[in-house]
Amino acid sequence: MDFAFSEDQELLRAAAKQFLADRYPIDKVVAIADSQTGNDPATWEQIVDLGWLEPDLGLLDLAVIAEESAYALLPAPWFSTVGLAWPVLDDDLRQAISAGDRSATLAWAESGGPATIAAAANQSATHAAGDTLTGTKVTVPDLGNVTDVVVIASDGLYVVDLTTNPDVVVSRSTIDRTRRLGELHLSATPARRLDAGLDALAEVRRRALALLACEATGVSQRALDLAAAYTKERQQFGRIIGTYQGVSHRVANTFVATQLNRSLAYWAAWAVSANDAEAELAVAAAKSQAGDGSVFACEQAIQAHGGIGFTWEHPLHRFYKRAQWISGFEGNGRAHRATIAESLLGPAA
Amino acid sequence: MDFNDTPEEAKFRAELRRWLIDNLPDDWTTRPPGGYRWDEHEARTWSKKLYDAGYVGLTWPKEYGGGGAPHTLQGIFLEETGRIAAPSHIGGIGLGMAGPTIIAWGSEDQKKRYLAPLLSGEQVWCQGFSEPGSGSDMGAAKTRAVLDGDEWVVNGQKVWSSWAHIADWCILVVRTDPDAEKHRGLSFLLVDMHSPGVEVRPLRQITGDPEFNEVFFTDVRVPRESMLGQPGEGWNVAMTTLLHERGTLGFALTAGLEQALTRLVQFAKLPGPDGSRPADDPVVRDQIAQLYIDLQGLRFTNYRSLTALQKTGVPGPEGSMAKLHWSEANQRLTSLAQSLNGLAAQLDGEGGVWDGFWVYQQLRSRGNTIEAGTSEILRNIIAERVVGLPKSR
Ligand SMILES: Cc1cc2nc3c(=O)[nH]c(=O)nc-3n(C[C@H](O)[C@H](O)[C@H](O)COP(=O)(O)OP(=O)(O)OC[C@H]3O[C@@H](n4cnc5c(N)ncnc54)[C@H](O)[C@@H]3O)c2cc1C
Repeated sequence: MDFAFSEDQELLRAAAKQFLADRYPIDKVVAIADSQTGNDPATWEQIVDLGWLEPDLGLLDLAVIAEESAYALLPAPWFSTVGLAWPVLDDDLRQAISAGDRSATLAWAESGGPATIAAAANQSATHAAGDTLTGTKVTVPDLGNVTDVVVIASDGLYVVDLTTNPDVVVSRSTIDRTRRLGELHLSATPARRLDAGLDALAEVRRRALALLACEATGVSQRALDLAAAYTKERQQFGRIIGTYQGVSHRVANTFVATQLNRSLAYWAAWAVSANDAEAELAVAAAKSQAGDGSVFACEQAIQAHGGIGFTWEHPLHRFYKRAQWISGFEGNGRAHRATIAESLLGPAA
Repeated sequence: MDFNDTPEEAKFRAELRRWLIDNLPDDWTTRPPGGYRWDEHEARTWSKKLYDAGYVGLTWPKEYGGGGAPHTLQGIFLEETGRIAAPSHIGGIGLGMAGPTIIAWGSEDQKKRYLAPLLSGEQVWCQGFSEPGSGSDMGAAKTRAVLDGDEWVVNGQKVWSSWAHIADWCILVVRTDPDAEKHRGLSFLLVDMHSPGVEVRPLRQITGDPEFNEVFFTDVRVPRESMLGQPGEGWNVAMTTLLHERGTLGFALTAGLEQALTRLVQFAKLPGPDGSRPADDPVVRDQIAQLYIDLQGLRFTNYRSLTALQKTGVPGPEGSMAKLHWSEANQRLTSLAQSLNGLAAQLDGEGGVWDGFWVYQQLRSRGNTIEAGTSEILRNIIAERVVGLPKSR
């Protein structure tokens, strides 16, 4: 029994922390987030240099990067590429990604149709005819900032090259401006069928949930750190507000939520990487805690900041919106608890 | 990172499971959970059995009768005994608090004298920290000890002392210097509960059971050398005790919660008072799933603290939240169970649901957020000592 990251993973974490602290302080992140695209292409080159797109990274390595990059709220289609698309891509695309030439995302949801990857694997209205795809996908992460999109169609997985078909992308105003959602309008659009089939999506889903649980850990930790820093300094009624228990107990509760989130996220990442028998439950537990817990952490931090916490100027809302993004992805906490209940109690009558 | 047992851990776990099946009563796993609790004699016999099999004091130093084993084995022991709902060793306070404090602060003589009989269950310990006027604020303790020749003479009163009515020894916080600044005037004594002048009066708890006591000390004479640390060091010694109270305790608590959740799952599948199964109610399902998440969150937080403890020798900050989160989860769990019973939740003992099992569990759980540091105090500790906010007092 060993619940520690390896030495290499700790080095990876230290390097990520250093890089993000040096190159992506919050004002830089905000500037990118509020730019036209919400993305700086230079970031991708830096990520390649750091080795974050190496083909031999395991899920636990990715878990470390996910946590740290979310702590910094790094705007880049890294999660969409390695967390969503990667497992079903063919070797050519993977090599091009590792070289920094391509990036990718996954399109699953349809308006009035499937909202989750799990549902899209069973019922997708997007369909292929010859070498083309027709259909509309909604809420596609980072769609405006990647070169390729993997599309879940009724009979399999396809990839659409967005550099040669730029018109299929419709951007949508998204509250988390660092991970924007777009719409994909395909009408007899050229597409290439992937070798990986719909059955590969179960693994995609698990990996994505485990990584997002790690992201939520980073977000919660940031909310906690911001709340701690502020409540140690700010004074009212002649006292530091952190000495009021109405305030300090909120901070303590945020600490507890963050620790639970971290424990469950690491469990899920390990269980998925080891293909453990409890992986499905681990992922459901981690996602439920991650979504609810990171939203809770940000809400506590906002309250502890008073009026400044409610402003656009203060960075807290950016983390809050990422927490809400995570919470909305692939089923809310209740949905994942229903999965757990099914496993513990059997089906409901 | 690897949660699978090492070969050594797997072997230990398998042997322990076998041992538990062989040594618990034959119908242990099939009898209804019931209100059945062991009497003192049964508990002592069981404790001795555990000791003889080498399962008590697993991580303690070998020279004092311990097993010298890594903390992971203790974790496995607590997990497995929790899962099969095996009764605990009778000397919980000795094992969890008095023993580790003696190991940390005791002289060679004291270790030799106290540790072995504590492990075997021959000598039971209690904890005399709280007083009528000082609970959370333990540093304000008033019970006095005055040196007279080679003996300390103790006068005062302690309260809420669990198991003092069966205890042979007491770890006692006393004031030896009334003029010193409050925390500096305290000392830490090891007191023989059979000494003249010690009077124990049981107090009934919310459950009806007299599990804790008032303890009165009237001119009780304690040998001068029966002190841990120096006069005036009592606060620091007591902090060691409290640290250990929250150390591997997390594992024991989590194991208990796992057992309770297993029972709740079993219970929810049975028809309730109106014939319907709680397991079919979507709200109940959601709450049970949330308890499962609370449980797993605690379980893996424990593993993380254990790994930190193993690697660095000091418990990680995650450990400090285990008791806080456990106590509140246990209250939610037992209240949920009782809420399924309608007015029958009132029925106690043999006429009650599962022989009053849930009545007892739910009422007992209210103590969880008070004993060993109230939830408010634990939140203060997390805010101040872990997150680093300024002190509220
Ligand atoms: C089942 C059980 C077993 C026990 N066993 C033992 C034992 O074996 N030995 C022993 O010595 N003691 C024991 N205790 C006593 C226990 O440690 C105390 O009850 C506890 O520390 C609280 O002290 P108090 O009862 O004096 O309450 P108080 O300290 O008076 O607290 C009353 C309320 O005020 C709150 N409060 C107090 N100070 C603060 C603060 N600074 N900030 C915010 N809120 C505050 C508390 O959280 C609580 O809600 C036991 C208690 C129980 C319930």
